[in-house]
Amino acid sequence: MMICAFAGCSQREPSVLRLATTTSVRDSGLLDQLIPEFERTHPCRTDVIAVGTGAALQLGKAGDVDALLVHAPAAEEDFMQQGYGIRRNEFMVNHFLLVGSADDPAGVRDMDATDAFAKIRQAASLFVSRGDDSGTHKKEKEIWELVGMQPDWPGYMESGQGMGATLAMANEKQAYTLTDNGTYLHFREKIDLIPLSTKSVATQNVYSVLVIHPAKHPAVNLELANAFCDFMLSDSTQTKIGQFQIGGEPLFTPMRSR
Amino acid sequence: MQFLSEGVTHAFRLLIVGDAEVISAAWNSVWISISAVLLATAVSVPMAIVLYETKSWVSSSLVVLFRAALNLPTVFIGLVCYAVFSRQGPLGSAELLYSPFGVVTGEFMLAVPIVVSLTFGTLQGLDTRILETMRTLHIGSRLRWITYISEARLGMMVAVLTAFSRCITELGIAMMVGGNIKFHTRTLTTATALETSRGEFARGIAMCLILLLIGGCITVLLAWMQRTQESIRE
Repeated sequence: MMICAFAGCSQREPSVLRLATTTSVRDSGLLDQLIPEFERTHPCRTDVIAVGTGAALQLGKAGDVDALLVHAPAAEEDFMQQGYGIRRNEFMVNHFLLVGSADDPAGVRDMDATDAFAKIRQAASLFVSRGDDSGTHKKEKEIWELVGMQPDWPGYMESGQGMGATLAMANEKQAYTLTDNGTYLHFREKIDLIPLSTKSVATQNVYSVLVIHPAKHPAVNLELANAFCDFMLSDSTQTKIGQFQIGGEPLFTPMRSR
Repeated sequence: MQFLSEGVTHAFRLLIVGDAEVISAAWNSVWISISAVLLATAVSVPMAIVLYETKSWVSSSLVVLFRAALNLPTVFIGLVCYAVFSRQGPLGSAELLYSPFGVVTGEFMLAVPIVVSLTFGTLQGLDTRILETMRTLHIGSRLRWITYISEARLGMMVAVLTAFSRCITELGIAMMVGGNIKFHTRTLTTATALETSRGEFARGIAMCLILLLIGGCITVLLAWMQRTQESIRE
């Protein structure tokens, strides 16, 4: 599947949808519920390539996939403006969590994420950043910009790895980190970090589905990609997204219902 | 395809400019592997000699074990190290997890079977009369060991360099135990994995090219040593 994606997949059948998505979506298990449903209604095979949002956008620019499922609105806007996408629909939202040890050395419990970041910086507490240009990392950089501070103290580490590995590292070091809700719920039993800051506009995590522009890459399976977009926005899928739970907790809020 | 050529030009640019991240990753790769291999050599060469001199079922089964250990996947070693070094693990207080010394320990475990097996193989290939003569003359162990090392030095060199190239190119241990922390435990291989996940393919290729460059230097060194050895024999 990966080889196919990187080699440009010259003899592609019309019935394959190549979808690049972020690791956080794959790890949540949501697609495992939705894609069989999509494949039932549209006779096709869906190849899911799970990478960071940065890499997913690159795969889209190279025309190696037909559709994207990503969560970095600013980067997505750029992508659309550069003409790589023909369609972009926001379809669900959840929140990023600032997690840390229960001791909370910087004292950020129940604070807004921006205030919490400023306080962690002032206390020079340990903080593990993804540092991989993923949607989560982009959001973290956005919050630092909002706070107007540079994350450059010695206790600030860049793991350069996925969310799961980064959470494990933060847990080992009892450090703070910004995580998406889904990965946190998956790891909750195995780690003793707890969510500390409150939900706010700053921590909002909007997921969109994008279709690659056929003008840039004629080989794009436009029909199927559009069908997938419509499918994600359909009432029945939106209801399923709202009902999706990990460990008894709902993970995403569908956008259509808002 | 485009990013292949981009990668090559990018690699040279990064090397010429002296990009801090690249230099730090390259330096980490080199010093971590060298330390691991030096430690492994210090343990493995004596071990191989002892195994060669003692002919018993214990030593021959140990040799088989070391040869089997050549197949150890680096992700497995990484996982074992992770479990042992983690906060809940038996060596959690040593704080080796996410430190370069943790990676050195893991790569040491990777290198030992290589150096032991290859050195043992070279010793076995030595003229058996050497061992017999030394036995009849009751030559002391110190002189015996010096003789082995000088007779088998080329094979040992190959063993050490093989272990080094295995260590410097491995990813599993460096990623799991080191954690790819920027300027701290990030090596050329973990940096390549990161750049690929970032979608910065050109930068990833640049990292690989630098790794290849280091590997190439080692091969040239090896070839040169072999030639000097041959010219000495002639």
